[in-house]
Amino acid sequence: MARFTGKKAKETPALNMGSMSDIIFMLLFFFMVITTMRESTLYVKIVVPQGTEVSKLEKKSLVSYINVGTPMKEQQAKYGTDSRIQLNDQIAEVSDIIQFVEMEKAARVEADRPFITTAIKADKDTKMGLISDIKQELRKAGAFKIFYNARKGERGR
Amino acid sequence: MARKTPGLNTSSMADISFLLLTFFLMTSSINTDQGIARRLPPPLPPNQDKPEVRERNIFVVKINSKDRLLYNGEIGRIEDLKDRAKEFLGNPEDKSNLPEKETMNIDLLGEMRVSKGVISLQNDRGTSYDMYLQVQNELAAAINEMRNELAMDRFGQKYADITEPQRDAIDQAIPIAISEAEPTKIGEKK
Repeated sequence: MARFTGKKAKETPALNMGSMSDIIFMLLFFFMVITTMRESTLYVKIVVPQGTEVSKLEKKSLVSYINVGTPMKEQQAKYGTDSRIQLNDQIAEVSDIIQFVEMEKAARVEADRPFITTAIKADKDTKMGLISDIKQELRKAGAFKIFYNARKGERGR
Repeated sequence: MARKTPGLNTSSMADISFLLLTFFLMTSSINTDQGIARRLPPPLPPNQDKPEVRERNIFVVKINSKDRLLYNGEIGRIEDLKDRAKEFLGNPEDKSNLPEKETMNIDLLGEMRVSKGVISLQNDRGTSYDMYLQVQNELAAAINEMRNELAMDRFGQKYADITEPQRDAIDQAIPIAISEAEPTKIGEKK
């Protein structure tokens, strides 16, 4: 502070750091909002199909995701190139779905359980055989509300 | 702090930062999941007979393993599906080859003639998910258009803008009547 004590020293306006915290907090909140959206790393490549009649998925906390697609390049040595299912953070089999649904149910309050939606996020080149199998498992597990993820847009073909 | 230095006027900094914040909040696409919601039927008890459905009440849409379409046994195009589905579910002229209607008493709407028609959708295990979703999309478009028309007619507003009870009433008058059959297994392996 010696610089300021000299009588003839030119007075430099001090930067007001008061709002710095605001900016930092703003950035913090911004990144918080953005990053919570990515829940798990995807091991399968997914390009969802397009549709014109898409609606928004409501009540995100009551949604469990089933990802379906071909494994990423790095995973292909392990899982092959056929379409696979990803539940939470790992590649799984169709038979694991019932257990997955049970776990998703157990993680919610009892009152919310009938409203759990299962979002099927599948690649557009997936064959329906696999999707049908998933749907059958979901029926057995009692998860009747499903949601086919799609992008808004004109026909994708 | 030196007493005499006139500080930069930073009172507008907060405004600027809030402006930035709102700008990013509005422009950044926060992965909102979009798609088509459907409800699966509960599993049938094993020894139950299939419910009897008259032929006029059913519109069969089949998708084969090459993603081609068949409507009631005729080859069709996806572009026509919406209009076919609307004609089938609506049956505005009460034709004898299109579905029957049942008179129901619905809150807010009064007596409505609800179609008994069901669209039966069958795909192959080799059908692509993309094609399946296009078909679901067209059927959804048909139902949404009919609901919109009814909402416009009765409430003077679009289906998306009316209140929850009004929407429930319209959902009852025009249900999502899509039934999915067990897929065929022709295109199982390539």
